[in-house]
Amino acid sequence: MSSEVLQAPLVLEYPFTRSTGPVIGAFLTGLREGLICGIRRADGTVLCPPQEYDPLTAEPLTELVEVGQTGEVLTWAWNGDPRPMQPFDRPFAWVLVRLDGADTPMLHAVFAASAAEMSTGMRVRVVWRAEREGHIADIAGFEPVRARKTA
Amino acid sequence: MSVDRAEARDPLAAPAALAAPVTLPPALAGAEPVESVCTPIRMTYTYTPGRALSRYLRAMADKRILGERCPATGQVFVPPRGVSPLAGTAISEVVELPDTGYVDSFNITRVPIERRPDLKPPYCSAWIVLDGASAGFLGLVINIAPEEVRIGMRLRAVWKPAEELETSAANILGWAPTGEPDEVITDYERIGRIEADPT
Repeated sequence: MSSEVLQAPLVLEYPFTRSTGPVIGAFLTGLREGLICGIRRADGTVLCPPQEYDPLTAEPLTELVEVGQTGEVLTWAWNGDPRPMQPFDRPFAWVLVRLDGADTPMLHAVFAASAAEMSTGMRVRVVWRAEREGHIADIAGFEPVRARKTA
Repeated sequence: MSVDRAEARDPLAAPAALAAPVTLPPALAGAEPVESVCTPIRMTYTYTPGRALSRYLRAMADKRILGERCPATGQVFVPPRGVSPLAGTAISEVVELPDTGYVDSFNITRVPIERRPDLKPPYCSAWIVLDGASAGFLGLVINIAPEEVRIGMRLRAVWKPAEELETSAANILGWAPTGEPDEVITDYERIGRIEADPT
């Protein structure tokens, strides 16, 4: 009898389809249309990504507002060895990015050539996927905004 | 962002209606709203079956079905796991089983499964007790309309052609009725209890 170890690929997959509700649905509709929505709290601050309920007061939130497509990296972690289905097939940075006009950060990815390009407080700009369908992956990621050259 | 915990609601109070109307930014006026999103969860493994199941799978390549006898109760289990599921003790005796048995229980599936185009609904999955086994295992009942499957029906394995046999349980394409008289099931306590420490 062979002593070779038997092995076989095994894929476990749950093909969930979730209903979004009006708030997350509006966020995803915005992504498909190429804009990013936040939601305004009673005190005027804006959560982005939007949430259906205020995380501090539990009040329902209803006023969706457009936020900017550039923002600031609040923190980041370099991913030198991306796994399948992550945002990039090359090394990239996971970031919490606070978009202009929003008061809370969003988890996403920054496509930088190396960790040396990354810094807390750096400015980044959204990179849209060409084909958009109403999914968080409609945002391909973010790219560093280069400082404007002074002539 | 300000922190207004002083105004926090009673956390046990029921939330307001979920479908509160939302207002959209002007740029989204008239856009077809997204109402659902596909979020598959996918885990990719490399599976290694271990000693008992490897022995079982290698025997499958020869169209043989191996079970294991529990040293404490004498009951025979298939597929083999290397330990008795009843007593938890290591197995010492491997038992070869015939590729015939009967339907202990069954289910008819009428909803297709994504990425399993080979399983065309309606189809019948059965819990099949092989002759000489004490417990059932799962198989597909074929060569019969699902509605005609019944508990006690005698079945025989339908194997892949010899040139396609692998070390895989997929060598059994399904289980077809033999036409023999139905099994009369009286042994309801087939899966017994362990009353005392087997040692």
